[in-house]
Amino acid sequence: MIETYLRQYEAQSADAAGLPPWLQRLRRSAIDGFQQAGFPTAKDEEWRFTPVAPIAGVEFAAAGGTATVTAADLEPFLFGHPEWTRLVFVNGLFAPELSSSPATEGLTATTLAVALAAEPEILERHLGQHVSPDATPFTALNTALSRDGALVRIAARAEIETPIHLVFVSTAEADGVAIHPRALVLVEREARAQLVESYVTLAPGARYWTNPVCEISMAEGSWIEHSRIQRESEAAFHTGFTQVNQWRDSHYRSFSLAMGGAIARHNLHTRLNAPNTEALLYGLSLAHGDQLIDNHTVVFHDQPDCRSWEVYKAILDDRSHGVFNGKIFVQPIAQKTDAKQTNRTLLLSDTAKIDTKPQLEIFADDVKCTHGATVGNLDPLSGFYLQSRGVPAEMAKRIQTYAFAAEVLEEISSAPVRDALDILVHARLGTVR
Amino acid sequence: MAPLLEIKDLRARAGDKEILKGLFLTVNAGEVHAIMGPNGSGKSTLAQVIAGHPAYEITGGEIIYQGEDLAELEPEERAQAGIFLAFQYPVEIPGVTNAYFLRAAYNEIRKARGQEELDPIDFLDLLESKLDLVEWGPEIVQRAVNAGFSGGEKKRNEILQMAILEPKLALLDETDSGLDIDALRIVANGVNALRRPDNAYVVVTHYQRLLNHIVPDFVHVLADGQIVRSGGKELALELEAKGYEWLTGAVEASA
Repeated sequence: MIETYLRQYEAQSADAAGLPPWLQRLRRSAIDGFQQAGFPTAKDEEWRFTPVAPIAGVEFAAAGGTATVTAADLEPFLFGHPEWTRLVFVNGLFAPELSSSPATEGLTATTLAVALAAEPEILERHLGQHVSPDATPFTALNTALSRDGALVRIAARAEIETPIHLVFVSTAEADGVAIHPRALVLVEREARAQLVESYVTLAPGARYWTNPVCEISMAEGSWIEHSRIQRESEAAFHTGFTQVNQWRDSHYRSFSLAMGGAIARHNLHTRLNAPNTEALLYGLSLAHGDQLIDNHTVVFHDQPDCRSWEVYKAILDDRSHGVFNGKIFVQPIAQKTDAKQTNRTLLLSDTAKIDTKPQLEIFADDVKCTHGATVGNLDPLSGFYLQSRGVPAEMAKRIQTYAFAAEVLEEISSAPVRDALDILVHARLGTVR
Repeated sequence: MAPLLEIKDLRARAGDKEILKGLFLTVNAGEVHAIMGPNGSGKSTLAQVIAGHPAYEITGGEIIYQGEDLAELEPEERAQAGIFLAFQYPVEIPGVTNAYFLRAAYNEIRKARGQEELDPIDFLDLLESKLDLVEWGPEIVQRAVNAGFSGGEKKRNEILQMAILEPKLALLDETDSGLDIDALRIVANGVNALRRPDNAYVVVTHYQRLLNHIVPDFVHVLADGQIVRSGGKELALELEAKGYEWLTGAVEASA
C-alpha cells in the first residue's frame, strides 16, 4: 500500500512549495527512497521477528482535522509538574494552547515550523543529517511526510534544571491515521539537560500509527538524560527511530519504557564519534495480551576510550512477544573500548515469547566487550520467602515482577520522572506503591 | 490450656527421600525449644515443613497449630496465623526495599486479621522504632531486601522482620550459622527482647553456642527424622561434651 503514502506526499507538495530547496530535496529523496524500498518483509534480517504486514496492510490517512484536548486530559501525563517546559503535539500537530515554554536562559524549545522561519540555517545543518533518511523505510517515510515537530536547543554551558517534555498525544480522531512526528535536539558544548519524550493516548482502543524520528546531537562535554515513554493505544502501531550523535566527553543517558502498541518497534542508535564519550542505555518493556514490543539498539564505537553500558529488560505476559536486538560495532581504531550489554526477559506465561539477539562486531583487539542474555520465570524460592511473610502467592508474584522492573527504573536519575514511572509500573503490575 | 503447637507422628519427604520419620513435639506459649542434631538429621526440614516450604510433602501425621491442622494452609496463611520462619539462607530480592517488602507483609497480615492497614509514613515510623533492636541505622530501610548483605546482616534482617511481624511461633533455622560473635550477640539479644509469655520459639541449631545466649526450656535431639532424646538445657551441654555419636549410636543400638 505504498501508493497511499506517495499520494499523500504529492498532496502535500503544494504546501511544501514554500519550503527551502534543501528541505524539498530532502523530502523528495526520502519519498523516492521509500518508494524503492517499500515496507520491509520477513526476509529482511532487521525485521525478521517483527512482521509489519499489519501496518503495511492498512491505508492510514494523513493527520489532520481538529481534536479537542483539554489541560485536564493532559494532566495525568505531566508527572505532576505542569510547570516544566512542554511542547504538546495532538495527532502530530502542534497544540500551542497545551504547550508551555517559559523563558529559560539557554533553552530554545519551539516547533520545527517556527524554527524554519526563524533560523533555517540550523535546521539545514541538522535535520535529516543525524539519522539517514533511508535508515529504514519508516524513517524515509517520516522524513517525507512529517508535518511538524519539536526543536530543543540547549545553549553552550547552560544547565537546564527541570526536564523538557515533548508530549505526542493521540485522540480518538487519530483512528485510521498515520502520524510522523519529528524531534531535533541540539545539546551544545558542556550543556546539561533532561529530556522526556512521551507517546501517550486519550483513546486506548484507537488504531493509528505513530512513526516518529528523533535526532539528538551532543557536542563536546554535554550531558543529557533522555527518558522515552511509549504508552500508545494497545491497538496502535509504533515504529520509532532515535539517532544520537555524540562528541568528545559527552554523556548520553537513556531510559526507554515501552508498554503500548499492538506492534511497537523502537530503534535507538548512538554513535560515539570522539574519544571519551559515554552512553548508558536502559530499557524496560511491559507486554501483555497479543502485543509485540521490539527494541533494536546499536552502539557505534567509532573512536578509542569510549564506554557503553546497556541493560534492557522485558516482562512478557499472556501471548505477548518481545524482540531485542543489540548491536555493538567496535571500529579498528576504537581501542580501549569498554562495552557491556545485558538483556533479561521475564516470561510470565507459557505462551509469551522472546527473540533476543546480541550482535557484537569487534574489529579492535584491546577492548573489553561483554554481553549476556537471560530468559526466565519467577524464582520460586523468592516467592516462598514472600509467602512465608504473609504475602499471598498471587501478590508475591506481582512483587517479584515489580522487583525485576524496579532494577532498571531506579537508574532514572530524574526523581519526578522515576517516581511517575514507578507509579505507572505498579499500576500495570497490580502492586501497591 | 491447649498447646500452641502439637506435632504428632509427622512424616515428610522431599522428592523420593523420606526425611521426617514419625516426629512428635509439643510447644506451649512462653517456651523456647532447641532442636539439635547432626547434619542431615531433618532439623531444618522440620522448620521448613511447619512454615509450608513447597519442596516438602507431608506423608503422614499432623501439625496442629492453635487447634488447626497446618497441612490445609498455604504458607501465607500460616504466616497470617502467626508462624514465622527465620531462614537459614535468607533470599535476596533486588529492586524491592526492606521498607516496601516489610510493609507489604505487615499489611497483608493485618488485612487477613481484619485490621486496618498502615500507610507508608506510619509504617516507616513503626519500622524505625524497631531498628535499635538489631543495632541498625535508618539507612537499612531503603536498601533492597538482603541484596549484597553479608551473612550476618541477612540474619539480623530476619530478626528485624520478626520484630515487625510479631509472630506467635518463631522458627529459627540455623540462625547462628556463619555468624561472627558480634552478630550472634545482636541476633540473640533481639530474640530475647522479643520473648513474651504468649509466644514461643523453636530454635534449630547444630551447635550449642547459640544456646548460651538464647537459653532454651527444652532441648530435643533429632536423628534420622525422629526425636531421640529430650531434656532441659543441660542436654545441650552434654551433647557438646560427648558429640552426636553418643545419641545417634544409641538409635542404631535400639533399632
